[in-house]
Amino acid sequence: MSTRERKVLQRQKEREARLRDAGSEQATPAARVEDWQELRSTLPERDAPFTTVSGRPVEPLYTERDRAGADPAAIGLPGFFPFTRGPYATMYRTRLWTMRQFAGFATAQDTNARYKYLLDHGQTGLSVAFDFPTLMGFDSDHPRSLGEVGVCGVAISSLADMERLFEGIPLDQVSVSMTINGPAIILFCFFVAAAEKQGVAAEAIRGTAQNDILKEYQAQHAWVFPPEPALRCIVDMFAWCSEHAPKYNPISISGYHIREAGATAAQELAFTLRNGFEYVERGIARGLDVDSFAPRLSFFFDVHNDFFEEIAKLRAARRIWARGMRERYGAKDPESWRLRTHAQTAGVTLTAQQAENNIVRVAYQAMAAALGGTQSLHTNSMDETLALPTEKAVRIALRTQQILAHESGVANTIDPLAGSYFVETLTDQLEKDALEIFAEIDELGGVVPGIEQGWFQQQIAMSAMRQQREVEAGERVIVGVNDFTEGSENIEIETLRIDPAVERRQVASMAELRARRDAARVQSTLAALTEASRSRENLVPRILECARAYATLYEIRHAMESVFGSYKEPVFF
Amino acid sequence: MTSTIGGGASGVPERKIRVLVAKPGLDGHDRGAKVIASAFRDAGFEVIYTGLHQTPEMIVAAAVQEDVDVVAMSVLSGAHMTLFPRVQELLAQAGADHVLLTGGGIIPEEDVRALEARGVGKLFGPGTPTTTAIAYIRDWFAASQKAS
Repeated sequence: MSTRERKVLQRQKEREARLRDAGSEQATPAARVEDWQELRSTLPERDAPFTTVSGRPVEPLYTERDRAGADPAAIGLPGFFPFTRGPYATMYRTRLWTMRQFAGFATAQDTNARYKYLLDHGQTGLSVAFDFPTLMGFDSDHPRSLGEVGVCGVAISSLADMERLFEGIPLDQVSVSMTINGPAIILFCFFVAAAEKQGVAAEAIRGTAQNDILKEYQAQHAWVFPPEPALRCIVDMFAWCSEHAPKYNPISISGYHIREAGATAAQELAFTLRNGFEYVERGIARGLDVDSFAPRLSFFFDVHNDFFEEIAKLRAARRIWARGMRERYGAKDPESWRLRTHAQTAGVTLTAQQAENNIVRVAYQAMAAALGGTQSLHTNSMDETLALPTEKAVRIALRTQQILAHESGVANTIDPLAGSYFVETLTDQLEKDALEIFAEIDELGGVVPGIEQGWFQQQIAMSAMRQQREVEAGERVIVGVNDFTEGSENIEIETLRIDPAVERRQVASMAELRARRDAARVQSTLAALTEASRSRENLVPRILECARAYATLYEIRHAMESVFGSYKEPVFF
Repeated sequence: MTSTIGGGASGVPERKIRVLVAKPGLDGHDRGAKVIASAFRDAGFEVIYTGLHQTPEMIVAAAVQEDVDVVAMSVLSGAHMTLFPRVQELLAQAGADHVLLTGGGIIPEEDVRALEARGVGKLFGPGTPTTTAIAYIRDWFAASQKAS
């Protein structure tokens, strides 16, 4: 103990003694915050940044003083406005989060086998990863697809592929999430048509299409059409689903990609929610009743390394959404106020160096997701910085969730960190930051002008650069990368390889499809779609007709693109 | 370019190294490409960034038009075994095989070795400090200047 520290303690002890002698009520030794501060000033601090991953300064201690003037109604109770403590009253006491591993590779048959494997191992929902050609609206046999067919996800170019993808998987029982954006309306129609083939009506399908084009322009970059026609397609899906597929989420408003591209927690929170409000405004502008579609809007957040900040982010997201929907957009149905979210551990935190350490990173992130109250979760596999995950790596990632759910005890009580001086302070700070960023976006003229000016893209790139500098300067330790290295970090671990024959098989199956379908029906449905694209009618029924006729993804895309044009990004770095 | 970045060891002004940072294929993951482009610029290189979704033909046309020393491709899509050889081939056809073709991304070690064996420059994986790539390009450039 240092001399200064000893002196401070001595003085505090003497004060307590004087109080005791005077018969004061505070006679019991009760440390005061001032005492702690005085004591703290005598003690050295470790050489570490003491900021969150996003660069937010963190105090050494939070006390009731940090909560002075806080409104207890801002915390509330789970299942009640403003939903800070959770969207549902009983949360994991009634139902655990859905364990939903994102998967897809090679052909529809290959991925179908992986889905059956995952369902057999206790996974409770499916999540489709499409290959890059599909994400960009190209058929497997399009020249732009060369070398990319089935490599990073499954290749789906028509209803025939979608039928094979879900063969033997009842679409009225298993909920299916599809990560698809630019051509989402087309893949959604393939899905609806595939369900029809199984005898499952649209009314019965459950699941989600990501369908969040705004974050594509901002961060993920799998776009097809320019913003205005793209937003029209999204609102078409809102309207169609609210009438015909009431259990389906026509959008998953996603912060994940924004964060992975480099954004801070506050930027992820603000951009995502502001995008969400943009979709709401578009729906209202179409003349839809906000309560007819808002209850089916869902969200998707990243869960990064900073444990408490991530928990606070999910809590703040629910509160901002609830307040905005009720107060700004006049939603009356509590279902419209309730933010439901999927979460995924942060792929960007995985390291190629000492890759097995990723299991531990994923486990902490998964715990933050559960403590933040997510409705479903994907846990990344340890080998994803090297290639697509192997079955073994995926199994460990899924087991991580099962251990969390069944062994750790975190699912026993709802929002256990509520009332924590630190977590509540962080939740408030994140909400405040988000509102400030909303004001900046409004100054730009809104989300679409911000995208066109490259503002979001630049904000994200600047944050990414700051993080890179911190790591390279050694200011932030990444175990196995810039500290605790072992010399030879790149362990040879087994990786999944996609056989180039997959592309040849897929291309051959496209040729076979084109030969056997009714060409006249394809042409007439496509022509009707082009015509409808010029009008204001809802495009879903038209695209469904094309899908049923086995028109391909690119043919349908092209039929719309001839009217809508394509998106050109503002290039900068 | 005639601008200089200070004298070389001999006191003769060195010309700036010109680098095309390229994103081939349909992959939209540009975080790495943008970070490395900024780091190259901060290191004093002349940097041209292609933007996303470029075909090998578009990349080689840009490389020739901009008269670059280096093409640095970022590939996270798994299509590296198609894209690197294709760009290499097209560079040679365009008479630009003096250009260093290098890059990075999610590329398994085995593929890195195979591509390097066919004459592609060094390929950098996740977690590589930007300074490593900068030093590599500087060394290559110094050696190629001496050779010519």
